Amino acid sequence: MYKNTELSKNMSISSNDSLKFECETGNYHTFCPISCVSWLYQKIEDSFFLVIGTKTCGYFLQNALGVMIFAEPRYAMAELEEADISAQLNDYKELKRLCLQIKQDRNPSVIVWIGTCTTEIIKMDLEGMAPKLEVEIGIPIVVARANGLDYAFTQGEDTVLAAMATRCPEKEKSPEISENSSKILNLNKDLLSSVSVSEINLKQDSSVVKNEEEKQPSLVLFGSLPSTVVSVLTLELNKQGIEVAGWLPSQRYSDLPSLGEDIYVCGVNPYLSRTAMTLMRRKKCKLINAPFPIGPDGTRAWVEKICEVFGRIPKGLEERETKIWQNLEDYLALVRGKSVFFMGDNLLEISLARFLTRCGMIVYECGVPYLDKRYQAAELKLLETTCFEMNVPMPRIVEKPDNYYQVQRIRELQPDLVITGMALSNPLEARGITTKWSVEFTFAQIHGFSNAKDILELVTRPLRRNQLQQVSSKTLVKFNEKKHQLI
Amino acid sequence: MKLAYWMYAGPAHIGTLRVASSFKNVHAIMHAPLGDDYFNVMRSMLERERDFTPVTTSIVDRHVLARGSQEKVVENITRKDKEDLPDLILLTPTCTSSILQEDLQNFVNRAAMEAKSDVLLADVNHYRVNELQAADRTLEQIVRFYIQKAKKQNLLVTNKTIKPSVNILGIFTLGFHNQHDCRELKILLNDLGIEVNEIIPEGGSVLNLKNLPKAWFNIVPYREVGLMTAVYLEKEFKMPYVDITPMGIIQTEAFIRTLGKILNSLDKSKDYNFDHFIDQQTRFVSQAAWFARSIDCQNLTGKKAVVFADATHAVAMTKILVREMGIRVACAGTYCTHDSDWFREQVWGFCDEVLITDDHTQVGDMIARIEPSAIFGTQMERHVGKRLDIPCGVISSPVHIQNFPLGYRPFLGYEGTNQIADLVYNSFTLGMEDHLLEIFGGHDSKEVITKSLSTQSELNWTIDAINELNKIPGFVRGKIKRNTEKFARLNSITEISIEVMYAAKESVGS
Repeated sequence: MYKNTELSKNMSISSNDSLKFECETGNYHTFCPISCVSWLYQKIEDSFFLVIGTKTCGYFLQNALGVMIFAEPRYAMAELEEADISAQLNDYKELKRLCLQIKQDRNPSVIVWIGTCTTEIIKMDLEGMAPKLEVEIGIPIVVARANGLDYAFTQGEDTVLAAMATRCPEKEKSPEISENSSKILNLNKDLLSSVSVSEINLKQDSSVVKNEEEKQPSLVLFGSLPSTVVSVLTLELNKQGIEVAGWLPSQRYSDLPSLGEDIYVCGVNPYLSRTAMTLMRRKKCKLINAPFPIGPDGTRAWVEKICEVFGRIPKGLEERETKIWQNLEDYLALVRGKSVFFMGDNLLEISLARFLTRCGMIVYECGVPYLDKRYQAAELKLLETTCFEMNVPMPRIVEKPDNYYQVQRIRELQPDLVITGMALSNPLEARGITTKWSVEFTFAQIHGFSNAKDILELVTRPLRRNQLQQVSSKTLVKFNEKKHQLI
Repeated sequence: MKLAYWMYAGPAHIGTLRVASSFKNVHAIMHAPLGDDYFNVMRSMLERERDFTPVTTSIVDRHVLARGSQEKVVENITRKDKEDLPDLILLTPTCTSSILQEDLQNFVNRAAMEAKSDVLLADVNHYRVNELQAADRTLEQIVRFYIQKAKKQNLLVTNKTIKPSVNILGIFTLGFHNQHDCRELKILLNDLGIEVNEIIPEGGSVLNLKNLPKAWFNIVPYREVGLMTAVYLEKEFKMPYVDITPMGIIQTEAFIRTLGKILNSLDKSKDYNFDHFIDQQTRFVSQAAWFARSIDCQNLTGKKAVVFADATHAVAMTKILVREMGIRVACAGTYCTHDSDWFREQVWGFCDEVLITDDHTQVGDMIARIEPSAIFGTQMERHVGKRLDIPCGVISSPVHIQNFPLGYRPFLGYEGTNQIADLVYNSFTLGMEDHLLEIFGGHDSKEVITKSLSTQSELNWTIDAINELNKIPGFVRGKIKRNTEKFARLNSITEISIEVMYAAKESVGS
């Protein structure tokens, strides 16, 4: 299925039995995948996200996103009422009415329809309606089915990006770079933000490089990241003489990168397997299967893998990584030898477990909502080697975990740190178990060499709190005596 | 379909879960897709709960869509029965399950045969009722179930307590200051020599519901939740109930007098007279009556306010502002659209206009139009106030974590009157500061920021006019800016100079 020969080599781990994979009942807590609108509408500046669902979806969004809702967000609910469910109203007419209103109020360059559980169950044909309505109102409509029937939390982004990938322009065999870049320049002229100015510079630089090396295949990275992280990762590759032709998603919908047969693509996040699949199958791109640039070890492995594919010898990466690790020493002293338990809810778990193992922690369990062993092959391989090199036991990887059983295991293992969702954090803390909210890893900047500090800042925060606070440890000691009745 | 950005009341299942998880040892199982258990996060974060929220999900996924839940729901119920040994398992439908139209009642019946605990299906329709209505129904449903069960088993306790006693109905999790209100009610009742028989659902046990008829009568502090239960108990056992919210001095007095009346009608042997108690409390425990008399409060006379909240709090607050503090309520409103008749009747004569809507943009526009000196509303109104530079006191859900204070902050009873007086007084710009700012032209000379609800203004301000605007005290600056722009638009003026500003001022003044 995977064209890249590199992949088949990596795939061998699944047959090799060193990492233990288990699957439980899937009774765990996570965010609904529609939460992806919260970061995607901010990332894609000219978009509007319309979530077609019920009050339940709306209630989740408004509460989970907190104060963001008061800043006139570019997203809204198309709230289905009883008449919609029983098909007394015509879906097409209703959606047309709402989309026209959105066009009038916000005039976005793209409207993204987020299909939910309800639209799935009543079989509302969003994919069928979108092209017709698109022509009628003159705004592209992208359909993503980010529903809780099929997906968990960050996988929502995966569905949106997979849908967006099909909208990327086709790359012709002999690209006319000059025309392309001038188009980008024109587009960006109106924008006065510093971000876009730096982007222009990046693109100009890259086009210069491109002219020099006609034959080099281009690279498109996929995964939504804050623009500063985008620049950091782009620069990291530029240092190795590799240019980045574009990102999916781009800052604006109108700037989506062009894709085609001679384009290499590489993911930056572990939850983008559908997007990867779409890029390979529908757009004929070549996937570079690398570990993800989370932590200095991951970033180095990521860059090295891309270099390898592009036939470049990586320069200065080892020194770079060593330097970063040296700077992290204060944090490392705190985590070394401590144990960690991932309950699993955002699919970043494997990468984080790999990074924390390298930091000297022992990972007891790595819960994960869904594991694509092919897409994460390189990451799993790196986790395995890391465990081997650090001489720690392999974590058990639990797909679709059961929170109830996990709590029993936590009670038995008494890990030093549990990384979990907000529904379980406070109850665990009340039982003397130190926790860190997993959601923060989704919203913090964790990619690239320099952001390794941010990951450790998050991981060590509860540990540092434990050192500093004398009050809570006192009360918790008292509480601990009763703990066994309470758990 | 409705284009919606924000809602005041949540979906039905939230109400059901709030009631279920308030009882001790009751477990709710949601029939829902992955990710719909956001309730657990809210309870754990907002209430800062130490215990695991007793809510799990029987997950609806692709398999369920294809083959139906079949054994899954039954298995989940019996599993939870063995794991946690709850007294009651409440199967909670969601919007998803209500369109799947599976025979959940059948699953419940099957599970009930196997399980040691009682098993119930919450009787709520997602598309017909909201969070508050669902909570009200669920509470009634659970009470009815246990009363009937006790009746069948002849375990119902019908003899009344020796001393006068009451049940408090409708205190529950994630309610606005409910815990504090409950403590204050207990203090109040204790002072009156009335015992508290049962408090439901918060902290109550379903096994004790058979004791409900022991109480002499029921108290329903909040309009939204508990009324159905009170009506049921009245029908079933002829138990009277009091549905006056003891919020504010006058309402608290009315509440206590009603208690006295009921006690006198139930117990002829004694004369229950609370006049002395009311007098003592009003004069010495509550500072609100004296505050209303003090010259501080005089400065608030005739100031304009807007009230928007759930029915209970909006009505009580409107009455307090008007009757106890002499403030003019320009608009009173509620998002409890299902209870609009009662609301209109209650605030009739106390406010200039009534707004009943669950659309927050309408509320925002109303506030922008009225430009009150203070708003009393929900978190949404607080944000509208921020943008319009109008202070806001939060008096009702929907709420943020800051509305779950650690300190003692009741809204009910005599201590509640103190809290409300503080809230109202602190919301208005302080009187003396008010005057000084006007005389000395304000102490903040920061840039004028456009704060209006409309996103764009096509009007140009000349530099002179902006400087002039800067001289105006900060707290009225927004208002003057808006009035000037309104005037300019009406007269098709595109550039605002000092002359235009003063012309606008004159037109307003005249």
